Amino acid sequence: MTATPTSAAAQAIEDVADDGTVQIAQQRHSDAKKAERKLGLMLVAPAVVIMLAVAAYPILYAFWLSLNKADLRRPDDNEFIFLDNYITVLSSPIWWTAFGVTMLITIVGATFELILGMGLAIVMHRTLVGRGLVRTSALVPYAIVTVVAAFSWRFAWTQGLGWLAPETSAPLTEFWPSIWIIILAEVWKTVPFMALLLMAGLALVPEDLLKAASMDGASAWKRFWLVTVPLIKPAILVALLFRTLDAFRVFDNIFILTSGSNQTSSVSMVAYSNLIRGLNLGIGSAMSVLIFLTTGLIAFAFIKLFGAAAPGADAGGKR
Amino acid sequence: MAEIVLDHVVKRYPDGALAVDDFNLEIADGEFIILVGPSGCGKSTTLNMVAGLEDITAGKLIIDGQVVNDKAPKDRDIAMVFQSYALYPHMTVGDNMGFPLRLAGVDKETIRKKVGEAAELLELSQHLDRKPANLSGGQRQRVAMGRAIVRNPKAFLMDEPLSNLDAKLRVQMRTQISRIQKNLGTTTLYVTHDQTEAMTLGDRVVVMRAGIVQQVGTPAHLYAHPANLFVAGFIGSPSMNFFPGQLRGGGTVVTALGEARLPDRVRQSLDGAGSTGEVIIGIRPEHFEDASLVGDKPGATFDAPIDIVEAMGSDVYAYFTMKGDVAHSQDLDDLAKDTGNELHSGGVDVTARLDAAAQVQRGRTARLWYDTSKVQVFDAASGKNLVAAVR
Amino acid sequence: MQPETRNRKLMWWGVNTVVLLYAFVPVVWIVSLSLKDDATLNDGNYLPTSPSTESYSAIFSNSDFLRALANSIGICIIATLIAIVFGTMAAYAIARLDFPGKKTIVATALLVSMFPQIALVTPLFKIETALGLFDTWPGLIIPYIAFALPLAIYTLSAFFREIPWDLEKAAKMDGATPYQAFRRVITPLAMPGVFTTAILVFISCWNDFLFALSLTSTSAARTVPAAMSYFTGATTFEKPTGPIAAAAVVITIPIVIFVLVFQRRIVAGLTSGAVKG
Ligand SMILES: Nc1ncnc2c1ncn2[C@@H]1O[C@H](COP(=O)(O)OP(=O)(O)O)[C@@H](O)[C@H]1O
Ligand SMILES: [Mg+2]
Repeated sequence: MTATPTSAAAQAIEDVADDGTVQIAQQRHSDAKKAERKLGLMLVAPAVVIMLAVAAYPILYAFWLSLNKADLRRPDDNEFIFLDNYITVLSSPIWWTAFGVTMLITIVGATFELILGMGLAIVMHRTLVGRGLVRTSALVPYAIVTVVAAFSWRFAWTQGLGWLAPETSAPLTEFWPSIWIIILAEVWKTVPFMALLLMAGLALVPEDLLKAASMDGASAWKRFWLVTVPLIKPAILVALLFRTLDAFRVFDNIFILTSGSNQTSSVSMVAYSNLIRGLNLGIGSAMSVLIFLTTGLIAFAFIKLFGAAAPGADAGGKR
Repeated sequence: MAEIVLDHVVKRYPDGALAVDDFNLEIADGEFIILVGPSGCGKSTTLNMVAGLEDITAGKLIIDGQVVNDKAPKDRDIAMVFQSYALYPHMTVGDNMGFPLRLAGVDKETIRKKVGEAAELLELSQHLDRKPANLSGGQRQRVAMGRAIVRNPKAFLMDEPLSNLDAKLRVQMRTQISRIQKNLGTTTLYVTHDQTEAMTLGDRVVVMRAGIVQQVGTPAHLYAHPANLFVAGFIGSPSMNFFPGQLRGGGTVVTALGEARLPDRVRQSLDGAGSTGEVIIGIRPEHFEDASLVGDKPGATFDAPIDIVEAMGSDVYAYFTMKGDVAHSQDLDDLAKDTGNELHSGGVDVTARLDAAAQVQRGRTARLWYDTSKVQVFDAASGKNLVAAVR
Repeated sequence: MQPETRNRKLMWWGVNTVVLLYAFVPVVWIVSLSLKDDATLNDGNYLPTSPSTESYSAIFSNSDFLRALANSIGICIIATLIAIVFGTMAAYAIARLDFPGKKTIVATALLVSMFPQIALVTPLFKIETALGLFDTWPGLIIPYIAFALPLAIYTLSAFFREIPWDLEKAAKMDGATPYQAFRRVITPLAMPGVFTTAILVFISCWNDFLFALSLTSTSAARTVPAAMSYFTGATTFEKPTGPIAAAAVVITIPIVIFVLVFQRRIVAGLTSGAVKG
């Protein structure tokens, strides 16, 4: 009678021990694994610290500032005003004009960039002659400092100075011409980048597939739309996402071309004016946060709508 | 040199896949062990666990009496030859071979000497200053071997080291590896999916399937006494022929080849195995013969409608299809998948290796004989060899 | 057959010419502007009728410009070097090693690269003022590194992923520690990728305008793009065209040559992260 409970207890103890060893087996890592983890963490540490210090902390700080009446011209007035700055910004026509201008530049610019970029990509990919020359020179706009290109366009359109300027008017002092010139400057500079991404996509389309389609009687136009485009869709989406986010942050070109006069300010321009020129950190920060939220929304919409794989999403590539 | 023991070794990958289950093996000092099985059966995983490149989920790995589960590869003193050779492209042949010694802090002069010796052995002496990119496939393979040899490790691990070579070179290198291993007497664990390599190289062969060891034994033993249908079908080329059949009373078996009386020896072991009667009979190609050449050796005869005849000089291969059910079992289906040979012609496809003097012609019916004392009898449900079971 | 290929070649030459014009017209224009003398500056001609180096003499005797040039070169080189070292380390770990928090780090990098930089200007301005970094080299170098890191990490991890796993396993078997495998085997093989990434990072620093404009106030750390916009003329709207054009050319030419020379690598670098990503 006494033996039974004892052995049951012994059994229970053994069970515990068994469980224990199982858990140990799961938690235990061999020396090699431990060394690998340690090295991994040590190697990423500096990069992570810098990115956090320059991006994460300041963005939190910007959030905080945007909830305060932080005006450097009246430093003693600093107080917590919750969403007042946002209300001020969102009810200001200046903000909404800038928002409209930015959207316009983003959408029209990205459209042109996609069309011209695709054209350039096809030329670079298909040209029978001087391929190296074309590919190399197409990189020139990418390499040029944005501010330099902006000055080139500005001087070109300046009345009495530029080769493009009309005799009787100053395009950079009028709203619509200014917008078009800004779009021109943006598009000129970024088409090559777009084209490179698209070309990398084109290079992945098997030549045999296009040949097969052509044997099946598809015209060049049909081959492009029915074979090439579906296959390079991922490249198109990635390129478009990058460019849209970038275009939405347009600053350099506008600063040089118009300085935001005649209501040509982008959201970044008005935020900059409030922050640096106006020294109104609260309002400027609220704008910054709104810009941040909008870009986040754009990225989210892209990824949700098209299922575009984020670059580096599979960075955990395994052996 | 070392003794390696795998004691109930299990590998489960983080994604949940069970790659190796309950692997047990004792490798004696200086032994040449072959790990063979279809691709994906867990051979590389096993090798990587011995190497220390993969964690062991459960069980023990013991080298020279010491549990080394948690030791880093560099502390195990084992060398490995990779299928891709994994030569460092930015180093010369000499630097590649000397790399392990350099890491170990061996002085330059000794490195030079040892690399020189290894290069001599592998006929690489005049290539020491070249980069791997400028070598032929066979030379690269030898550099990889050299890198393993120079540091005189406790054991060699080789993961399909010859599968990137063309057929002829593969045969040459096979003999060279065998020779080097014999000379150095280093314990070797060699992975391959090629049963010919397995049969020709190893002291003992481990046949794996889906992470589980099927049988361990000398090549001759595996060939003559396969433990189950899988081993029987995997070892041997051309492979064993399988016929579904029923055991009848009095030691007879009925198959597509007709009724045959099994020899007493086979019958005795069958009685002991307690089979239900549904079996699969396995006959190796060389156990067929032209009936007219046999004389009165014991066996059974049948008529075969010959489809194709291939005269190889030394012998003749005859191919034919016997009407009747095709043998079905999980083992055989797996094998068929592995060889990509899933076509069924509504009968049992048979390969027979006959004497060069055999009178067989395409399109004619020939009377063939088979050696009933050599047939294997497998349980249809479990795939176990009923003949070998008693032994 | 023959004439048809010729026609197609001619057609492609035509198309290529359009591309070349597209790329070079604005560039040639700013060069030609920088070579115009005072008398012909405002003639509106695309090419200078009487080229002169007046504008170049002007900027090279302008201490603010020389200082800005030194700032640009120094800041960008230092930022590039540091970003490459840290980026290489992180990219190797991300591409090759198994450690906790990897996904989070990749996501952080992605977030930083998509970040509207304008949103950081205020807090950085305040923080740097408080720390005494405002209007100094480190005050620009640190943000440059931070924004170059995501680019460096993506590009480099794409390169690292191309290196066969077996080489690292072989190094481990040969007795290397993980660090030795990284230093002796992987890094030498990744050098082309590192070099490419360095060019891309340098270009992105060289290009920066926003931080240079808002995190500096004097010529102590102001880089050329920002300095150019501060070149003074008679009024705000009458910028000194010639000197600006000359300065533009000075900072453009080296980078254009650079890009032309390393064209292949740059294309590989720009597209590696995006397509394989
Ligand atoms: N890193 C890994 N993660 C998850 N599963 C793996 C990994 N490596 C291999 N496997 C799986 O483990 C099984 C055995 O693989 P492996 O040992 O490479 O087979 P073999 O070398 O015999 O061809 C396969 O099913 C494979 O898919
Ligand atoms: Mg394998």
